[in-house]
Amino acid sequence: MGLLSLAIWTPIAFGVILLALGRDDQPAMVRWVALIGAVISFLVTLPLYGQFDNASAAMQFVEKASWIERFNVNYHLGVDGISFWFVLLTAFINVIVVIAGWEVITRRVNQYMGAFLILSGLMIGVFCALDGLLFYVFFEATLIPMYLIIGIWGGPNKIYAAFKFFLYTLMGSLLMLVALIYLYTKSGGSFDITAWHALPLGSTAQTFLFFAFFAAFAVKVPMWPVHTWLPDVHVEAPTGGSAVLAAIMLKLGAYGFLRFSMPIAPDAAHEWAWLMIALSLIAVVYVGLVAMVQQDMKKLVAYSSVAHMGFVTLGFFIFNDLGIAGGVVQMIAHGFVSAAMFLSIGVLYDRVHSREIASYGGVVNTMPKFAAFALLFAMANCGLPGTAGFVGEWMVILGAVKFNFWIGFASASALIFGAAYTLWMYKRVYLGPVTNDDVKALKDINAREFTMLALLAAAILYMGIYPKPFTDVMDASVAQLLKHVAISKLN
Amino acid sequence: MSQTLSASTLLAVPLAPLAGALFAGVLGTRFGGNWIGRRLSHSLTILGVLVAFVLSAMTLKSVAMDGAHFNETLYTWMVVGSLKMEIGFLVDGLSAMMMCVVTFVSLMVHIYTIGYMEEDEGYNRFFAYISLFTFSMLMLVMSNNLLQLFFGWEAVGLVSYLLIGFWFNKPTAIFANMKAFLVNRVGDFGFILGIGLIVAYAGTLNYSEAFAKAGDLSALTLPGTDWMLVTVICICLFIGAMGKSAQFPLHVWLPDSMEGPTPISALIHAATMVTAGIFMVARMSPLFELSDTALNFILIIGAITALFMGFLGIIQNDIKRVVAYSTLSQLGYMTVALGASAYSVAVFHLMTHAFFKALLFLAAGSVIMGVHHNQDIRWMGGLRKYMPITWITSLLGSLALIGTPLFAGFYSKDSIIEAVMESHLPAAGFASFAVLAGVFVTAFYSFRLYFLVFHGKERFDQNPDAHHDHHDDHGHHGEHHKPAEPHKPHESPWVVTVPLVLLAIPSVVIGFLTIQPMLFGEFFKGAIFVNAEKHPAMEELARIFHGPAQMALHGLTTMPFWLALAGVAVAYYMYMVNPALPAAIKRNAMPIFNLLENKYYLDWINENILARGARALGTGLWKVGDQTLIDGVLVNGSWKVVGAIAGFARRLQTGYLYHYALVMILGIFVLMTYFVWLK
Repeated sequence: MGLLSLAIWTPIAFGVILLALGRDDQPAMVRWVALIGAVISFLVTLPLYGQFDNASAAMQFVEKASWIERFNVNYHLGVDGISFWFVLLTAFINVIVVIAGWEVITRRVNQYMGAFLILSGLMIGVFCALDGLLFYVFFEATLIPMYLIIGIWGGPNKIYAAFKFFLYTLMGSLLMLVALIYLYTKSGGSFDITAWHALPLGSTAQTFLFFAFFAAFAVKVPMWPVHTWLPDVHVEAPTGGSAVLAAIMLKLGAYGFLRFSMPIAPDAAHEWAWLMIALSLIAVVYVGLVAMVQQDMKKLVAYSSVAHMGFVTLGFFIFNDLGIAGGVVQMIAHGFVSAAMFLSIGVLYDRVHSREIASYGGVVNTMPKFAAFALLFAMANCGLPGTAGFVGEWMVILGAVKFNFWIGFASASALIFGAAYTLWMYKRVYLGPVTNDDVKALKDINAREFTMLALLAAAILYMGIYPKPFTDVMDASVAQLLKHVAISKLN
Repeated sequence: MSQTLSASTLLAVPLAPLAGALFAGVLGTRFGGNWIGRRLSHSLTILGVLVAFVLSAMTLKSVAMDGAHFNETLYTWMVVGSLKMEIGFLVDGLSAMMMCVVTFVSLMVHIYTIGYMEEDEGYNRFFAYISLFTFSMLMLVMSNNLLQLFFGWEAVGLVSYLLIGFWFNKPTAIFANMKAFLVNRVGDFGFILGIGLIVAYAGTLNYSEAFAKAGDLSALTLPGTDWMLVTVICICLFIGAMGKSAQFPLHVWLPDSMEGPTPISALIHAATMVTAGIFMVARMSPLFELSDTALNFILIIGAITALFMGFLGIIQNDIKRVVAYSTLSQLGYMTVALGASAYSVAVFHLMTHAFFKALLFLAAGSVIMGVHHNQDIRWMGGLRKYMPITWITSLLGSLALIGTPLFAGFYSKDSIIEAVMESHLPAAGFASFAVLAGVFVTAFYSFRLYFLVFHGKERFDQNPDAHHDHHDDHGHHGEHHKPAEPHKPHESPWVVTVPLVLLAIPSVVIGFLTIQPMLFGEFFKGAIFVNAEKHPAMEELARIFHGPAQMALHGLTTMPFWLALAGVAVAYYMYMVNPALPAAIKRNAMPIFNLLENKYYLDWINENILARGARALGTGLWKVGDQTLIDGVLVNGSWKVVGAIAGFARRLQTGYLYHYALVMILGIFVLMTYFVWLK
């Protein structure tokens, strides 16, 4: 069994074991099984880092086996510098959410933990799949556990949110399926994604393909104007669900642009870059303003996610190395930071059962340790140097200025908006005198919460202080992608 | 070039305070469970800063005496394509001087804090913050590239945020720190664009590599416009400096930053952090020299700040705010010097100002302690009897500030005025008027403060709202206050007065000692670049300079001296001889007073138009854009359409067999008609 298969199937196997285990009478045992499963699933991804060849832009750890012979569908896996980090990131975040749900989830613990482990394996599958149909299966399959997580362990309006999430994203992916089948026939019966990259395509075909993929990926990212599902879903999702959604699931869409839209339809990507840039800048500016006026902490962070993901898509479609590498770095960084932000909200929610900013005030007085972590995360969210949040924003802004000064100008406004909505929230929730009895009764974070936040804090600081290991891995693949999209597929 | 500087020694300079900060911040606070006590916290942080200071002094010595120079990369932060982003040090005259100023003032402030923060619960946290600040500021000044500069730039902003909001239960403090951060972010917005343009067109972040390409840049214009590229770069960079160095109209955060404890007002908001912008422009002099437009812009902004912020200092009654507006005005002077291409003079004033302004702030803090946490100068008076050391050192600091010949401020300020007068740029006319008028204003507000605090009638027992006044520094500590009873003022403990004395010495002598090498010698050679043909101010200055003693003597006959003297005299008359006069003037000049009282209405505009406007826009986009249009019309609209179609389709499928049979028969009939008869 290859390393990638191991990374995909280990968490799924543990998830299945958990589902089979049942044992609602022994939640403690179930939790430990889940934690051990998540940790093992993370550990099996580590050899990938040791064995990855930074100098090569080719797919590595490739595994290929026939799956559905009749249609030439293969179980075909592999990672390059672009997808590599997401395998590790997904496995890492999975450990964190298992810790986060520890004593918070008391109902159907085995199903909750099982859903997350299975989800983690499926998402890793999305990042590794090199076969179009396999990608589609993983991509769609991730909806099921997430749908259940929201629908079962969510807030009061969970059914509406679960449906909105499912339908919104499903609508987009159906068009992608059409695109995949078109490419299958066009390429003479192959689902090989790398073969599709080399497939010559006419201008009209490229445009249709581009927008079909756009429908699937833009919803997932989400880009403006198809972003409105995200705040609703985050509000209702349980803390762990929000963390995984923001940290990993949104990246599936952004990743799709790099793996499908741009290399398969490079001419259309260039032709419609203006639209993508415009939508990204709207995400940065418009959504930044909207985030500022939110009263619900989760909504605020959800909108801030949309704004941060705007940087990702902006970076991709300015077609230079700073932009694309910056976009990928921003995806990883946002994985850490958004997870940390949502988990921090979860820490408060578990105690006070409110997400309203107005329910808090002066939390630092009763929870000084927690407030220190929250400050670090807030600073990372507004892109302070030395934190992960800075690295991607910095690269994309520099890339954007290089591409066009005015686009750089618009994107740099995130420096102001990001600080405004994050710090204003921090001020109202954490600073000031204690405002009410709920806050007065707060207990500071326990060892479990401390561990969870400290792991994320360490990741955020490490990436901010020394991002070179991250960019070194992706450098060759980004250069290769740029070279590829610079060559027209017409004539 | 003798290579006497080693990377490890230089690395120890910023890392020693960082280590102190980590010890005190992690082990000494509630975050790490209060493992180490107060004594250990302040000893460790002071030790760290002391090490940094000693090493900085040694560095300065080898730079000044042996001409040592250091420019090396320490580690590569990341590489993207051909662009290397690195962390490294550049040590030359400019950075060596800044290192010494930062570590010396920081050391004084650390010692002072032992006395000032004695009663505060956040004692260890405070030490951790100021050591962290020292680390950040050192990284900023020692950088050899724009990335690390930006790192330090934002890190000092973060610590400033933490320290302004140090008393996080005080609503004004947590408003002020957010405001400071956001206004600085407006500056950073420009700054990052400037850096972006340098990266885009010079392909590097390294100073010396970028300067080497400066010539090529000067031939380019910004694509799509006919603006000179260098001008755009310089103005963008300068916008960054305007935020950090609190230049009009981005100065609004600095007066509010006085909500923080006084030691940090001295360290961060007077001596070091706010001068980062001045330092940055001086560092970037090879670029700024290429754009007269940018220099004119700098002159105008600096002149406005120098004069109009001085006016605001006149009407303040809070002791710290008077000094804060004075700082703004002095930063304006430095900026004017930059605009006149007298970068070395700007940096020289930066240095002298760091000493005497830190002194004035710390003395103000000592006064605040002496009168039991009252900050209103109307309720002080006659303190010279009770606080002799604070009194004398304040007097020395004030004399240095107003530019009394032989004092440090004289040499730097007079050089600025001379340089502006020699500048040939169109904006220099306005700027020279502003800096001259500013001399009178400076002298007036400084000595208004001085007379009201140290001379005249003792008014400290007449404060109508003593002990329940929330302006004071320690407002959150109600429980520590003794019940309202008139206390005699008292001199502060030695940990407070020793730093005052140690700062007073350079405030007096540093100008006399260093003007020769810094302005006219080789000290800044290689660090600061001036195009003498286009901007001859420094050459002119050098021509008329005949030694510091001669300059002081000559100073007695020039206009600035008489203006300063007039300012002191007017202050003496209004506050010592005829104390009823200020109120009378105020009554007769109400509109002007209101304008000043409201700080030219800039805060009002920021809060009511910019902040409120952004929130209204955000709400509008959210309610109308997201909720009504996208969710209401597109998303829910489309499911309603689907629902309507489905509702129609559902009616076709009634489930009654005879309906289906009827439709089937009708269908067969239609098809048969078509095939049999019509085909």
